[in-house]
Amino acid sequence: MKWNWETFFDALPFILPGLGVTVGLTFACYLFALVFGFFWTFLRRIPIRTINWTVTWVMEFIRSTPPLVQLFFIYYAWPMIPGIGVALSPFTSAILGLGIHFSTYIGEIYRSGIESVEKGQWEAAKALNFSTVDKWRKIILPQAIPPTIPMLGNYLIIMFKEVPLASTIGVAGILLMANTYGARNWAYLEPLTIVGIIFLLLSYPSAILINKLEKRMNRRFDKEMAFVKEEVKNA
Amino acid sequence: MRGFNITITVLIASAIFSYLFAFIAGLCRISENPIIRHVTAVYVEVFRGTSLIVQLFWLYYAIPMLFGIQLGSNWWTGVIAIALNYGAYMSEVVRGSILAISKGQTEAAIALNMSKFQRMRLIILPQAVRMMLPEFGNYTIQMLKATSLVSLIGMTDILYYGDIIRSSNLSQAPIVYFLVLIFYFLLALPLIWLTRKAESISKKGVASG
Repeated sequence: MKWNWETFFDALPFILPGLGVTVGLTFACYLFALVFGFFWTFLRRIPIRTINWTVTWVMEFIRSTPPLVQLFFIYYAWPMIPGIGVALSPFTSAILGLGIHFSTYIGEIYRSGIESVEKGQWEAAKALNFSTVDKWRKIILPQAIPPTIPMLGNYLIIMFKEVPLASTIGVAGILLMANTYGARNWAYLEPLTIVGIIFLLLSYPSAILINKLEKRMNRRFDKEMAFVKEEVKNA
Repeated sequence: MRGFNITITVLIASAIFSYLFAFIAGLCRISENPIIRHVTAVYVEVFRGTSLIVQLFWLYYAIPMLFGIQLGSNWWTGVIAIALNYGAYMSEVVRGSILAISKGQTEAAIALNMSKFQRMRLIILPQAVRMMLPEFGNYTIQMLKATSLVSLIGMTDILYYGDIIRSSNLSQAPIVYFLVLIFYFLLALPLIWLTRKAESISKKGVASG
């Protein structure tokens, strides 16, 4: 069998409705990961060694095991756990599974952002007698957040590409639609190619956009550094 | 857990092939020939821009339909998909590291009357490979996670057997999947350790700036 344009245009309207689900799920997972990432960062900052150690290893565990297995765990195994088990819909399971998986990465990004704030800034906040809330709100976070924005944007694209995993537990995104169409008509080539093209069309321009953003931020950062160096020299 | 050897062989084979692809594509991207450069750029962007699971299904279902050929076995399909995907990601690492070697090194090599090939082999690559090591380690861990996808094209890896046990006894699902997760983690531990080691190697003895 060869390429068939008829199949292509027949499959297209069948698959496209799944795009809303795929994109919606991507943003839902992303939001979940953004919020949950704070939770990890916060836990890791607790200055008790056992907690710190446990959190580090739990994060490492989640990061280094396949998201597919985690998805299956939440979808198939969670309802079976006596006491706390609740049956979740495929969509909710996907948000939880992928969201938790990527929240560990997002948590690391937050941490790198906070650690990139210079020590002098922390000391200055203390010297000026800032309260904890003011210190974070006015000094640390305004400096910690900007450098993380391109990295966070990258993760949005990465997650977009991981979301089709959810088709395995029955979320009707574009991949599941394509597979259903393929199984029904015994024509996988065209529908799967459509899925590939959709992914490429959406992720490639966003990747370029983020690349530009990153360059612009780096330039601004370089300018600031040059300015600081100049000041130091003049002083 | 009989799926162990499938997971490991797929991991090792796809790791080797992806390193190979990464170097070939990485070197092609900095080639002086614009045709080679652009063709590889298309390869890299296509494989980075779509998801691995789509590529896997595409190779598994679409290639036989398009060309009427089978890619050997399921094992080969899985390995090729993972290797092509991660090869594309890692080729960017190769390219970045080579470009990060300072111009002075190339100029010194030219001044010593080295051929282009010697320049790459003796001067640039030994320095660049060192910078690549930690990233390669990270991607190898990613690849381990990606091998779980091959169960979707009917390969009998760890996850596949886990699924079978689960479907024969539903109430055991929590234990089964937890065990599967533990297995993956145990496989990942040496890789994590190697990556840390690679990080310290790449930092050692390199003057900053």
